[in-house]
Amino acid sequence: MAVGKEIRLKIASIKNTQKITRAMEKVATSKMRKTQLRMQATRPYAKKIAQIIKHLAHANPEYKHPFMEQRVVRKVGVIVVSSDRGLCGGLNSNLFRMLLRQMRTWSGEQVEIQLATIGQKAASFLGGAGLPVVAQVTKLGDTPHLEDLIGVIKVMLDDYSAGKIDALYVAYNEFVNTMTQRPTLDHLLPVHTSEIAEELSGHWDYLYEPDAKEVLDDLLIRYTESIVFQGLVENNACEQAARMVAMKSASDNAGKLINELQLIYNKARQAAITQEISEIVGGAAAV
Amino acid sequence: MVMTIHVDIVSAEEQIYSGLAEMVVAPAEEGDVGIAARHAPLLTRLKPGEVRVKVDDKETLPFFVSGGILEVQPHVVSVLADRAVRAHDLDEAAALQAKQRAEEALKDRSGKQDLARVQRELLEAVEQLRMLERWRKHR
Repeated sequence: MAVGKEIRLKIASIKNTQKITRAMEKVATSKMRKTQLRMQATRPYAKKIAQIIKHLAHANPEYKHPFMEQRVVRKVGVIVVSSDRGLCGGLNSNLFRMLLRQMRTWSGEQVEIQLATIGQKAASFLGGAGLPVVAQVTKLGDTPHLEDLIGVIKVMLDDYSAGKIDALYVAYNEFVNTMTQRPTLDHLLPVHTSEIAEELSGHWDYLYEPDAKEVLDDLLIRYTESIVFQGLVENNACEQAARMVAMKSASDNAGKLINELQLIYNKARQAAITQEISEIVGGAAAV
Repeated sequence: MVMTIHVDIVSAEEQIYSGLAEMVVAPAEEGDVGIAARHAPLLTRLKPGEVRVKVDDKETLPFFVSGGILEVQPHVVSVLADRAVRAHDLDEAAALQAKQRAEEALKDRSGKQDLARVQRELLEAVEQLRMLERWRKHR
């Protein structure tokens, strides 16, 4: 029957799309579980090292490490963590929007900016917008390793040591739960002293072996690396969660669309049949 | 009753151990250090080797760390290891293999190798083997 051929083709094509989105949803669901486990596994280390840094900020070291000194901020560095692939809802654009808003505030205060990007999306968006990107790394996959990040972080740390930038931030999506991912901008350097824990007040300092400079150098670099890495791992979990949700709603929408089209098709078909019958009846009566 | 100290051992990949202990012995860069409760605050780098956690008179837990950082507060000891494994998870065959590989790489002086890295790998493998041996004798 010739009726509604276009509609049938359209339904078939939407069904194909739905198959793809469903498959992507399933893949994202299983990947999300894995990335979430990874995220939880690396958390204790990041937490512990942050704690040590906090202790350190309360100590009264004779040696003042450049990473712990507050300077007048004329230029800031931001490490931006994004996903490599798209089709994950508003995950990356939310992050970029927050970043751009912050950058506007900075430029209002005459503060210059330089960026380092992790992930394809940040590289193409921020690089494409003509912003100063000094380092980038892409295609880290679902199981990133700390070694992959060391280069990017080193560029920023070297600039910080050389006095080219006066503060370092990292921007990533924080994993709140499957439905919520919060774009976050964390202040990394200089290490800032927050509220003083009571048991740590008073004048004291660590014993350092072999000496303060070497140990602190090592510790602070590790600290930066672990925070950025934690950001990346969290962003990965966010990516999979966001993709899962986006693909689920895409599949649902496709289903809705198919239902509507099916209804239209059935109506058209019924109308054609009714018309044919009435034509036949009309023809018979005329004879 | 002996004073105890809280010990946390974490590696970049997971939390390895968390609990109370009488004493911890760790391979600091300048020689092994033993830490009991109320130790002065200390911050030091670790070299590859064995961390022993003495839980009580009967039980001592050995761990292998591949290097990292040790922080001591009067009531908390934190070991931040690059890589840490419980002793009974150590794989002798893998350690032997790693040692062989590193030794071969050292012989091959074509200049393509990163000497510092290879030496570090060798040291790690040797320490693992030494620890396995000691541990086996102990049982």
